[in-house]
Amino acid sequence: MIVAEQKPLEDLQRMLKGKKKVLAVGCGTCVSVCFAGGQKETRGLAAALQTAAAVDGEELEVHERTVQRQCVQEFIAPLEDDLEEYDAVLSLGCGVGVQTMAERFPKTRTLPGLDTNFMGQPTEPGVWEERCVGCGNCVLEYTGGLCPITRCPKQLMNGPCGGSEGGMCEVDTSIPCIWSKIWGNSENLNLMDMLMEVQPPKDWSTSRGGAMRRTVVRDDLHQPNADGRTTTTEVAAAKADAADGPEAEVEAPPADPNAGAREDAFLKELGLS
Amino acid sequence: MSAQPERKDDAASESQWKSGSNLERVLADGHFAVTGELGPPKSMNTDIVRKKIGQLKGFVDGANITDNQTGIVRLSSIGTGIILEQEGLEAIIQMTCRDRNRLAMQSDLMGANIHDIKNVLCLSGDHQSFGNHPGAKNVHDVDSMQLIRMVQEMRDLNKFQGGEEIKGGGPRMLIGTAASPFSSPVEMRPFRLAKKVAAGADFVQTQMIFDMKLFKEYMKRVVDMGLHEKIKILAGVGPLKSPPMARFLNSDVPGIIVPEECIQRIDDAGKGIDADDKEARTAAYRAEGIKLCIEQIQEIQEIEGVAGIHIMAILWEAAVEPIVRGAGLYPRPVPADTPTPTPGPAA
Ligand code: SF4
Ligand code: SF4
Repeated sequence: MIVAEQKPLEDLQRMLKGKKKVLAVGCGTCVSVCFAGGQKETRGLAAALQTAAAVDGEELEVHERTVQRQCVQEFIAPLEDDLEEYDAVLSLGCGVGVQTMAERFPKTRTLPGLDTNFMGQPTEPGVWEERCVGCGNCVLEYTGGLCPITRCPKQLMNGPCGGSEGGMCEVDTSIPCIWSKIWGNSENLNLMDMLMEVQPPKDWSTSRGGAMRRTVVRDDLHQPNADGRTTTTEVAAAKADAADGPEAEVEAPPADPNAGAREDAFLKELGLS
Repeated sequence: MSAQPERKDDAASESQWKSGSNLERVLADGHFAVTGELGPPKSMNTDIVRKKIGQLKGFVDGANITDNQTGIVRLSSIGTGIILEQEGLEAIIQMTCRDRNRLAMQSDLMGANIHDIKNVLCLSGDHQSFGNHPGAKNVHDVDSMQLIRMVQEMRDLNKFQGGEEIKGGGPRMLIGTAASPFSSPVEMRPFRLAKKVAAGADFVQTQMIFDMKLFKEYMKRVVDMGLHEKIKILAGVGPLKSPPMARFLNSDVPGIIVPEECIQRIDDAGKGIDADDKEARTAAYRAEGIKLCIEQIQEIQEIEGVAGIHIMAILWEAAVEPIVRGAGLYPRPVPADTPTPTPGPAA
């Protein structure tokens, strides 16, 4: 899951300075599980922002809505009808949610209410730990299922540095040295031979070293729209174009008569219909 | 891939040396090698560099020049190394994986080699959070193992990491690495060294050793694995300056174990001296630190598989001369002069 935390209230106050009416939009998926941007947190934050504004003698009205998945356009589409009345949207989605809002509603100012931290897991009550940085070329095969790209601060590929002491990492002695763990468990997994091989330099082109990554996971779901455009984001952009000038003759979505069926299939894929 | 003809001035010796460095020749001749360490200043003050050169020259076969050690920006290792070469002290540049990607590394290695730098120590690098730019983004495009392999392939196969040929030959450098015998998991440390041998390292300098018993156990395993025949092992040593410094090394530096009796010895040296006479106490501690270091070197010389020592007297370069003299390792051997090898594959 994606783990995030709320920005400090002062930062949000600074961001919202001068705005009179704001819509806080929570998300019911990952950030709700880590108690950063679910319905409860969104409600709480809306109230806190209004109270803080009142204390400062400022006029601020904060409404709140929480969508099931802010990172999927279809889920945020219904917000559109009311957006005009707001000076800004404060998104309590992760960084993907914020951008989905910003791209779907390019005429509305979308502001980030959270700091998105990492992809990780809860390890004990109230604690989440990072597990994957999405390098696009998974090496867990060679490392006994534990990720040194994410969990070793030096992203070593060939065993522990000299800083590992008592099984802990020199960079943060409260965190286990992941290479100590990998090597420590190598006998159980019969990994020794593999660990003794010199792993060549990693191909980072699949990671942040390359351009923005785009993956088409399911060709059967991926069909160009009637106008040849391919993504729902672009349909939204086309719609915005249409509103701007007469040349663009694109209908508001669904432009493609099958789009509705495809969206249904898509939602079904996500287990949501 | 063929060697370029221009620098073929001594065809007979060219295949004999990987780098032609003084250190390589001292080690090849079977002398007990001595390397030291020189930390560049946090400025462009070359007088400081020259002063340290003066303290080390003649007493070591080569000096490591740290590369932004502990994540603190300093005069560059290569820039400082060029001064060392000009002044007649052999440079062992350190190169960390923290600050450079594979492009910068390869370009800097070639740049260093054209300025006569012939030794490189390949390191992961201290994490930037320890230094004076904790907000910096680290690189770690390749790790130290991959860096060793990259330098080795540049040298022996005349090949860039990306696979292209280095026309005219790659940099001819002796490849060093570091080992920390007492870091965890301790039982795996000889395997980590074996991996560095497989990657192509020619020599290794260990973390500072004070616990001789543990070091002998480590070396026994290393010798049993036959690693000492494939890589030259230089044991790290260093003079203890004072009891607090000894305690700090023991508790705060990963991989360094200072046994209580060593700390006690330094402590005892100050006993009986008037508590107000700070100068006399400091001098007594330091003299004992040097004496202890000499004894340890003598003990290390008896351990099978050790090819030399690496003296870490950072911020106390003046200690190197008495240590080397005291251990009977002065004068340093001067191997018969050998011309720089021609770039290109060894015959
Ligand atoms: S190797 Fe890459 S994809 Fe696999 S867990 Fe680590 S960061 Fe994620
Ligand atoms: S101590 Fe372990 S986890 Fe930490 S930087 Fe070194 S190898 Fe990586």
